[in-house]
Amino acid sequence: MKQETYETLDYDIIVIGAGGSGLRAAVAASEGSGLKVAVITKSLLGKAHTVMAEGGVAASFGNLDAPDGWETHFYDTMRSGHFINNYRMVEIFAKEAPDRVLELESWGAVFDRTPEGRIMQRPFGAHTFRRLCHIGDHTGLELIRTMQYKAIHTGIDVFQEVTMTKLLISHGRVAGAFGYFRADGRFVLFRARAVVLATGGWGKVYKVTSNSWESTGDGAALAFRAGADLMDMEMVQFHPTGMVWPPGVRGILVTEGVRGEGGLLYNSEGERFMQRYDPERMELSSRDVVARSIFKEVQAGRGTPHGGAWLDISHKGPEYVKMKLPGMYEQFLTLADLDITKERFEVAPTCHYTMGGLRVEPETCATNIPGLFAAGEVACGLHGANRLGGNSLSDLLVFGRRAGMGAREYVAGGVALAEVDEAEIGQEMERVLAPFEREGGVNPYHIHERLQEIMTNHAGIMRSGEILEQGLQKVLELKEEARNMSIQGSRTYNPGWHAVFDVENMLLLSEGIIRSALERKESRGAHWRTDFPDELPEWQKINFVERYDGEAIRIRTEPVKEMPEYLAKLFTYGKAPGLVKQSEKKEA
Amino acid sequence: MAEEFTLSVWRGDASGGHEVEYRVPKETGMVVLDALHYIQHNLAPDLAVRWNCKAAHCGSCGAEVNGVPKLLCKTRMDDYAGQTVSVRPMKTFPVIKDLVTDVSWNYQVAQEIPPLAPTVPAPFNMQQIDADRVQEFHRCIECFLCQDTCHVLRDHHGRDKYFGPRFMVKIAEFEMHPMDGADRVPLLAHEAGVNMCNVTKCCTEVCPQHIRITDNAIIPLKERVADRYYDPVRMLLRRLSGRKKAADAPSSTSVAT
Ligand SMILES: Cc1cc2nc3c(=O)[nH]c(=O)nc-3n(C[C@H](O)[C@H](O)[C@H](O)COP(=O)(O)OP(=O)(O)OC[C@H]3O[C@@H](n4cnc5c(N)ncnc54)[C@H](O)[C@@H]3O)c2cc1C
Ligand code: SF4
Ligand code: SF4
Ligand code: FES
Repeated sequence: MKQETYETLDYDIIVIGAGGSGLRAAVAASEGSGLKVAVITKSLLGKAHTVMAEGGVAASFGNLDAPDGWETHFYDTMRSGHFINNYRMVEIFAKEAPDRVLELESWGAVFDRTPEGRIMQRPFGAHTFRRLCHIGDHTGLELIRTMQYKAIHTGIDVFQEVTMTKLLISHGRVAGAFGYFRADGRFVLFRARAVVLATGGWGKVYKVTSNSWESTGDGAALAFRAGADLMDMEMVQFHPTGMVWPPGVRGILVTEGVRGEGGLLYNSEGERFMQRYDPERMELSSRDVVARSIFKEVQAGRGTPHGGAWLDISHKGPEYVKMKLPGMYEQFLTLADLDITKERFEVAPTCHYTMGGLRVEPETCATNIPGLFAAGEVACGLHGANRLGGNSLSDLLVFGRRAGMGAREYVAGGVALAEVDEAEIGQEMERVLAPFEREGGVNPYHIHERLQEIMTNHAGIMRSGEILEQGLQKVLELKEEARNMSIQGSRTYNPGWHAVFDVENMLLLSEGIIRSALERKESRGAHWRTDFPDELPEWQKINFVERYDGEAIRIRTEPVKEMPEYLAKLFTYGKAPGLVKQSEKKEA
Repeated sequence: MAEEFTLSVWRGDASGGHEVEYRVPKETGMVVLDALHYIQHNLAPDLAVRWNCKAAHCGSCGAEVNGVPKLLCKTRMDDYAGQTVSVRPMKTFPVIKDLVTDVSWNYQVAQEIPPLAPTVPAPFNMQQIDADRVQEFHRCIECFLCQDTCHVLRDHHGRDKYFGPRFMVKIAEFEMHPMDGADRVPLLAHEAGVNMCNVTKCCTEVCPQHIRITDNAIIPLKERVADRYYDPVRMLLRRLSGRKKAADAPSSTSVAT
């Protein structure tokens, strides 16, 4: 084999990932600091998964419902997370979200307005008040585009279509990352004093998913291999409303905004079945509840022709629907030949978000590896057992910024660039090129399809000890088989080659999901076990934390930190703090 | 035998290439990207095509289907019933491989555009009616199909003379923002080259987001340039008041048709 070469680039801070959290982190790391900062993304700038977010970004301005405030946002988020969230993260989040949204406004985002000229807010599942700032149904596009233009004017270097395959550690702290340019397969080493991971989630491990091809959990897997802790891996969110028909669109998201704007759910018998499961909140119950309800209706034989429920917004009239949900209107018209202003349509649960991820310090987003920070969907702790709609986009801004500042402070502490082990780089290049050398091996796309099948059937919306055990065996067997993945063609923009590493990462994380799911012997939030159908108080006290030693995944439990009194008090009124404020006002 | 679609996909790289024919089993509602994924997963794993969302949100998958610039994820195979569907890369940009082109020039242009410079701190007090005008421009997904279509860039290689329709939309977004205080008119007149556009409206026709690029972005921007450089009364007014917005305000209301 000819001698492989690689380019070396030195930075103070590299941010891996250019979704909302990565861009926000890069801006925080770079603005006014004089530090050399790079952002690396495996797709083009502005195309990351964040661009797909539709419904809105949650922040308790109270522009429509004055009694809203951080306390109620805190309360809603903890309740929906079934209290295994990190309370301190939730507190920081609820307090800082409004400022981060205003920052976006001053950088050019133009949200829909209230009649008073303020930012418009829409209702969303399990938010006590109207809280989601939005621009029609393309809020993610607004967020990422605004951050993208902010970032390119902040003196940050952007590396597009570069895949990182390995995180480098030297003497226990982070040294940089290694990978290749997708366009021509050239290798590149980024040496850095600090690294921020903002690589998003791993929704692509499931067959029916709303996620883009990028959501393969690379950052989580890279950090896991490097010794970082993963937490709450069993918690995977299934969004209740994905498209169902025709087959090619299965899983594509139907924003919760449809229900937020008044859409109603019916079963095949024309019954508003949410009555049975959550008569108080109905369609706007939390996602885990609505997804499970649809699932149960279908199981009971009351599903629609292609195995879902009906969603109907036509009673709102064409004008309103087209103004508030233009993307949804167009999506159904072009992809499903269906006019949602006139007809109801089928929806069914789709994999949407991974609550688990890298365990981080709430204030700085530091992981357990010195110099390594994480924010956004790859991190863990804010959402607990179930994420609230709209909370992810504000998560990206709040903790993206904090991760960038955390990295900046760490670098200010005077750490030098760590040396990189040449031999390790040599091995990595060999590993990455190996699929070209193997002949007649398995096709990475087919391994991926089989993994999705296994995860959907064995670790999906409904789980049990037995099903999970079988799933674990199957994943481990598939992992063996995957050692023999091979590809043809050249290193020039070769998606088959790129898929090999995506699949390896997903296999590792899938095992992580199943192992934690087996341990949590109860039902909580998104984690539903038919053999342990109840939510049990003793399990509310622990999180499952996983570590990987290169051979096996080891699980330990960590106590959930208890809230201090001033926060615990918020749960003693029997209703949301804002509603207490409201009724006090009425009485006065 | 199951029914099939026939596609003729351009395969090659910077050194050249040709169309290769593939047959793909028909599925209800299939889009061109689905067919390409079938090819990739089963027939040619190294087939290069960009995509992210598969829902017309990200703008990654622009290419030319039977000669027309389109999003692959939004173009239905059954629109071409009975025909061989030809899929080729965007012509205006250099090919990297197969359907993937080098669009980096667009990102360089983006850097030239001064961002929003608010005259007041957020929260802004802004009515929906004012937001409406710029929100149209915010729908842009940067698919660059308009750049691919515009003859100034496509046939006349006018990259050094014109930023292209996408960036007229971007400049309009900032220029018409009610709280903006920056002045991009000299940029428009010179480096950005708004006058290179001769209003053929081809860009508007291909825009998958239905942005009325020519009518709502380019024409008003052209008028701003004309007012500034060719209207002596306004020029004088501007000199007297020393303010950009004062001089521009009348023109922007008169063109808001
Ligand atoms: C259809 C849809 C609608 C949604 N709607 C909402 C909503 O309305 N409100 C809300 O709050 N949330 C919503 N969400 C969730 C939210 O959009 C995501 O959780 C969030 O955008 C994730 O952002 P991120 O910054 O963590 O990462 P992402 O946006 O996923 O970005 C990840 C980045 O990492 C890069 N990357 C990954 N691996 C590598 C690697 N190996 N090398 C180099 N780069 C790499 C990618 O290229 C990308 O740039 C929605 C999600 C979906 C799918
Ligand atoms: S209208 Fe102008 S920008 Fe659009 S295609 Fe024609 S010349 Fe190009
Ligand atoms: S203006 Fe339209 S065609 Fe041009 S890049 Fe934006 S979305 Fe694409
Ligand atoms: S894949 Fe995102 S626009 Fe087509």
